[in-house]
Amino acid sequence: MMFLAKAAAAAPEMFFAPANFISNLKYMGLGMLVIFVIIGMIILSTMVINYLFSE
Amino acid sequence: MDILYKNLLSFTWQDLVMIAIGCLLIYLAIGKEMEPSLLLPMGFGTILVNIPFSDALVGPIMELYNAGIANELFPLLLFIGIGAMIDFGPLLSNPKLMLFGAAAQFGIFFTLCMASMFFPQIDAASIAIIGAADGPTSIAVANTLGSSYVGPITVAAYSYMALVPIIQPPVIKALTTKKERMIRMPYEQKSVSKRTRILFPIIITVVASAIIPQATALIGFLMFGNLIRECGVLESLSGTAQNVLANLVTIFLGISVAFNMTSAQFLKPDTLLILGLGLIAFIVDTAGGVLFAKLLNMFSKKKINPMIGAAGISAFPMSGRIVHKMALEEDPQNFLLMHSIGVNVSGQIASVIAGGIILNLFS
Repeated sequence: MMFLAKAAAAAPEMFFAPANFISNLKYMGLGMLVIFVIIGMIILSTMVINYLFSE
Repeated sequence: MDILYKNLLSFTWQDLVMIAIGCLLIYLAIGKEMEPSLLLPMGFGTILVNIPFSDALVGPIMELYNAGIANELFPLLLFIGIGAMIDFGPLLSNPKLMLFGAAAQFGIFFTLCMASMFFPQIDAASIAIIGAADGPTSIAVANTLGSSYVGPITVAAYSYMALVPIIQPPVIKALTTKKERMIRMPYEQKSVSKRTRILFPIIITVVASAIIPQATALIGFLMFGNLIRECGVLESLSGTAQNVLANLVTIFLGISVAFNMTSAQFLKPDTLLILGLGLIAFIVDTAGGVLFAKLLNMFSKKKINPMIGAAGISAFPMSGRIVHKMALEEDPQNFLLMHSIGVNVSGQIASVIAGGIILNLFS
């Protein structure tokens, strides 16, 4: 972490703001929720077409 | 003589370092066979753009970049070829495997949080998508978001994809016991009808795009390629997409990505940090898949070998093969290939969806 902080300090475009980790956790939660919802819908749809068109 | 000195003395140490990096990429491509189809054109392109007064940079490479990367055309065309190469059969016979593909995208969102400590949100989101383990998605997302780090992100994405055999095994071993790695998963061969194979890409496109419209192009082109493969009446187009189209676009993509590989853009402390964050993304992706499988095992009577969770990253088919190989090392009679490849192709779908979610959240 110290290395990362030093690297951040060396580049003018970068910063070191540990609080941003916490404030972005909402995107982590939302992102994972959405991806599981979509994949869940795809799984259900696949099961339905497998059932309807099984050989 | 004057012109000779003038040009030769124009080389800066930064130019020479970048040329050395270009040579390193070429060495990795040829000597180590690491993603050679992309690293070789990228390495040569890096040399071309770092020669002082090079007419390649503000000329053909810039034109190619504007024609195919700035508007995301090349990554999308490449997706048609990738879609045509993928056989979703193992996944269709056991659709629940797709859950592991979703779980293994955790590294993307974890890295988003990590990167946001150092970079503005747009750049953090672009860096996070390295965890998709999917070069075209990384390029498309970083470009759409307007990140200034497209070069380092592309290098990280493709380099780590090639390094999957080195990165994943230690993570898997650290998170599993020998007993868990020896869990056998008998494969039940189920036939998948042609109608199912044809409807699958259409359904995925409609479901994913309806919820995340920003993912329509990414998922649509991938599934279009797969539909060409599965429809059964376009053998010639399928062959062209898998070979000629994919190869041609890869050449153009590789050499035009080098537009972002000039010393001014690449030789910065940021690049080192991006490479570090990309590695974290791959490690956490792998851990996410493995831990999700272990979580399911707590509630399931039919035990799952947690190693297959690691194949949920999009690096296809390397990740699936590594899991299979590791299972064989533990127990020579344990054949996980069909399961791990099924999870691996689900990772391909999930990573594109994750890219769409990132675009939806930040564009």
